[in-house]
Amino acid sequence: MVGPALTPSPAGGVALENANPLIYRRQGERQVTAREEDDELPDAIDDREIFDLIRSINDPEHPLTLEELNVVEQVRVKVNDAESTVSVEFTPTIPHCSMATLIGLSIKVKLIRSLPERFKVDVHITPGTHASEHAVNKQLADKERVAAALENAHLLEVVNQCLSGRP
Amino acid sequence: MKDSLTLLSRIPAHPDSRCWFLAWNPTGTLLASCGGDRSIRIWSKEGDAWVCKSLLGEGHQRTIRKVAWSPCGNYLASASFDATTCIWKKNQEDFECVATLEGHENEVKSVTWAPSGSLLATCSRDKSVWVWEVDEEDEYECMSVLNSHTQDVKHVIWHPNQELLASASYDDTVKLYREEEDDWVCFTTLEGHESTVWSLAFDQSGERLASCSDDKTVRIWRQYKPGNEQGVVCTGTDPTWKCVCTLSGFHTRTIYDVAWCHLTGALATACGDDAIRVFEEDPLSDPQQPTFTLTAHMASAHSQDVNCVAWNPKEPGLLASCSDDGEMAFWKYQRPEAC
Repeated sequence: MVGPALTPSPAGGVALENANPLIYRRQGERQVTAREEDDELPDAIDDREIFDLIRSINDPEHPLTLEELNVVEQVRVKVNDAESTVSVEFTPTIPHCSMATLIGLSIKVKLIRSLPERFKVDVHITPGTHASEHAVNKQLADKERVAAALENAHLLEVVNQCLSGRP
Repeated sequence: MKDSLTLLSRIPAHPDSRCWFLAWNPTGTLLASCGGDRSIRIWSKEGDAWVCKSLLGEGHQRTIRKVAWSPCGNYLASASFDATTCIWKKNQEDFECVATLEGHENEVKSVTWAPSGSLLATCSRDKSVWVWEVDEEDEYECMSVLNSHTQDVKHVIWHPNQELLASASYDDTVKLYREEEDDWVCFTTLEGHESTVWSLAFDQSGERLASCSDDKTVRIWRQYKPGNEQGVVCTGTDPTWKCVCTLSGFHTRTIYDVAWCHLTGALATACGDDAIRVFEEDPLSDPQQPTFTLTAHMASAHSQDVNCVAWNPKEPGLLASCSDDGEMAFWKYQRPEAC
């Protein structure tokens, strides 16, 4: 998809870009309402449900989730079930994070795989939090380049590693 | 406006994958489709039904992004993410891969034949446009590599009757090329779009070019030759191409394709909001500042993004479209009475 931005970090022996990231508390489990337990009633997909799909994605560098690094937050998820749109803003841990495109791609792939096909999934960097915000956003929005990236076996493996939930 | 576009049929052309692009042969009897399943299908009409006549399954290792027919209709070229372009020769109903064009560093995004049939152009994510020469023995030789774009090149298209080539890019520009002393040169860059330019279409005369973009607009560019009455400044002997109209506010997401009908002048767009729209030029508007009216808006034309629209070259108003949902649809467009 891109050159360096999507090259996975070499394993071991290399200094991490952000060696000591702040770690945030995880949210509790979703409170299930009586309406949601009633299988007869239709449930629209809500922000929390989208957040639950992406919160446990692994960071490519650290043995931590995107939620623990505050890369994703429920308040930065906007879903409109009636219009079939989902918008997610994510916040790289540092403004020069070279993993930003890979993280965004992982979020996008997770949502595309999990949601009904009618959904339009837009993934952006939280405004003002990354030096190459515009370039990263443009790449993530280009479905042709995303499709080509996902035909690259090596890159797909890295994305799948980020998406493999911890036991 | 509601009844101006009617669905004739809908076909799962590339099930379980994207259908990326469609191309009519010059006589309008065959339609080629290609997609994420790495195959090309050739469709023709039998009675009222569109039937798959050939499946071109071998040839590419990855997604086939676009296909293009030669002007004689005997050859089909296919551009693939596997970095190659295949040339298929038609023998009765079968197609045989007679050449594989290699050289691009990564995904080939588009391919197009010159009106003479002796030149072919390809473009790639490697930022280059290649011009290939075809000889009588079906040998293809690269005669020029054009590196004018600074980003991924999305689309290439030849002028309908001149040896003039246009390309559209992720760098938000359109570039035009012509031959100069056995080499090809970029003679102008059309700037104005604010994001990726996805596709291009010349009108029937070739005097005008439509471009569509991720910025949700369509722009109409017009050629002004040196010494034009309008006083548009030209450098040397090259014409100047100027944006004379911007269609904005009609599309809610990326516009992936534009098709300008050479029979009727109707302009169709394929949009990421699942809709197909058709525009017509107002007959009384000033050619130097034309205005266009939206004459058809088919919301949910497909269940996902529309990737391509293609007017049949012989049957006025017959439009084919395809989508990320893998389907292909045929539409009858009828200009509303009021137009």
